[in-house]
Amino acid sequence: MEIAEITEKLRSIVRPYVDDKSLLENINGDTDLLKDLKINSAHLVDIILDAEEVFNIEIDDEAAEKMLTVKEAVRIIAERVNAKT
Amino acid sequence: MPNNEIRVVVTGLGVISPNAIGLPAFELALRQGKSGIRFLEELAEKNFACQIGGKPEVSDTLKEKYFSPVQVKMLRSESIIFGTLAGLEAWEHAGFKIPADKDTLPDWDTGCIMGTGQAAGEIIKRNLYLINEGNVRRLGSGAVDQGMISGVSAHLGGILGLGNQVTTNASACATGTEAILNGYERIRSGLARRMIVGSCESPDPFVWGGFDSMRVLTRKYNDQPEAGSRPMSASASGFVPGGGAGALVIESLETALERGAKIYGEILGGNINSGGQRGSGSMTAPNGEGVQRCIQGALDFCKISADEIDAISGHLTSTMADPQEITNWAKALKRKGKNFPYIHSLKSMIGHCLSAAGAIESVAALLQLEKGFFHASLNSEDIHPEIAQIVDADKIPQQLVTKTDFNIIAKSSFGFGDVNTCIIFKRWENN
Repeated sequence: MEIAEITEKLRSIVRPYVDDKSLLENINGDTDLLKDLKINSAHLVDIILDAEEVFNIEIDDEAAEKMLTVKEAVRIIAERVNAKT
Repeated sequence: MPNNEIRVVVTGLGVISPNAIGLPAFELALRQGKSGIRFLEELAEKNFACQIGGKPEVSDTLKEKYFSPVQVKMLRSESIIFGTLAGLEAWEHAGFKIPADKDTLPDWDTGCIMGTGQAAGEIIKRNLYLINEGNVRRLGSGAVDQGMISGVSAHLGGILGLGNQVTTNASACATGTEAILNGYERIRSGLARRMIVGSCESPDPFVWGGFDSMRVLTRKYNDQPEAGSRPMSASASGFVPGGGAGALVIESLETALERGAKIYGEILGGNINSGGQRGSGSMTAPNGEGVQRCIQGALDFCKISADEIDAISGHLTSTMADPQEITNWAKALKRKGKNFPYIHSLKSMIGHCLSAAGAIESVAALLQLEKGFFHASLNSEDIHPEIAQIVDADKIPQQLVTKTDFNIIAKSSFGFGDVNTCIIFKRWENN
């Protein structure tokens, strides 16, 4: 799966957890999920669960802890998605 | 009451009821005697003997108006959704604004006691399946903040930034009235200036199932849902289950006057006790002496005489316990026949909303005191013979009673565990 496609899917996964939708406009690789998108840290686990479902992958705890920026999240998801194919 | 004691008044009301969502619709429903009881397919599918109930329908539009997008996505618990919405309606009704974001300071003077009975079935069911499948890691964050009994108060408190006590009480079907008295006591003791109080319950087969199994729900009216809840009737055959939420903003008279708030009524006080599950009392039945002492204690506390009670909003669930409740009122008040106060049961319209009942019925009582009417007690045309011996038929309204000059309404709630609450509301007349 292409990085662009993964990024787009991740954006729609993250979207419901962001109250101020305008924050999503300038999303890029360096965007920090907690600080820049003001996502409640308790919802990181929900985002990871949603990503597992959408991409049909498993994200272990060690990887999950690293999924704090868009870039890292996309990298971790891409690794697992592409490992399967 | 000594002058130096803090008086507590009601300045806001909110309600999610099986027959109406929100205060204006609720007032209309009370006046019209509108039933919220209907046939529920899901009960039939699950082989319930009782297949009717009172289930409020909250629109997505309403949820989107009051909850953030994240909350709309995450909230699965109806009791939390209903309780929070009722609390927010009461808050706005009291003349306050809901903070647009979390940049405001905590409101240290205001707290909340929203009670509930059981966690919503949706939450329990999901937890149960996922954990039993060995999939605990898939529970996500909602399992805790909506599974905890104080979830409703936690959600409401977070939206409003409440900085005083934020908690949840539970005393089965007495929960709602108990929450109001608990909040009343906190204000009266000077520990808070304002409290949001009330209760909620999910309209949920998982909450109702045990009652169906105990055969305390009616099973004779599946084809006539609106006739099923018949408090005080000779043909009452068990209660109709319901769910919903009611909420009140209560505050010290001083703060209410200071901010020029509209006052909907005064809480004179009340009483909470238990019959100890002794005598005629048990886990499921009240000890009559306990009920009478509860009512008498409420009168004593408020320093009013039994003759000052104009009307009673009964617990009256549409079971064989109704005649017993009337007997207890008559003994406690030493009043009968034409001298018995007006009495009705809101459960005749909305069923028994369990932990939410006392709060929804209190919202109704305050609306009626303020607006000067007293709603009909539906399905009571065939008054139970034991009740007819105690209460003159004119005191059980078959139609809406308009233009009342009721000054004092007594509201009682009784619950499993032999727990009793009686609260005394007084009309506000700028004194």
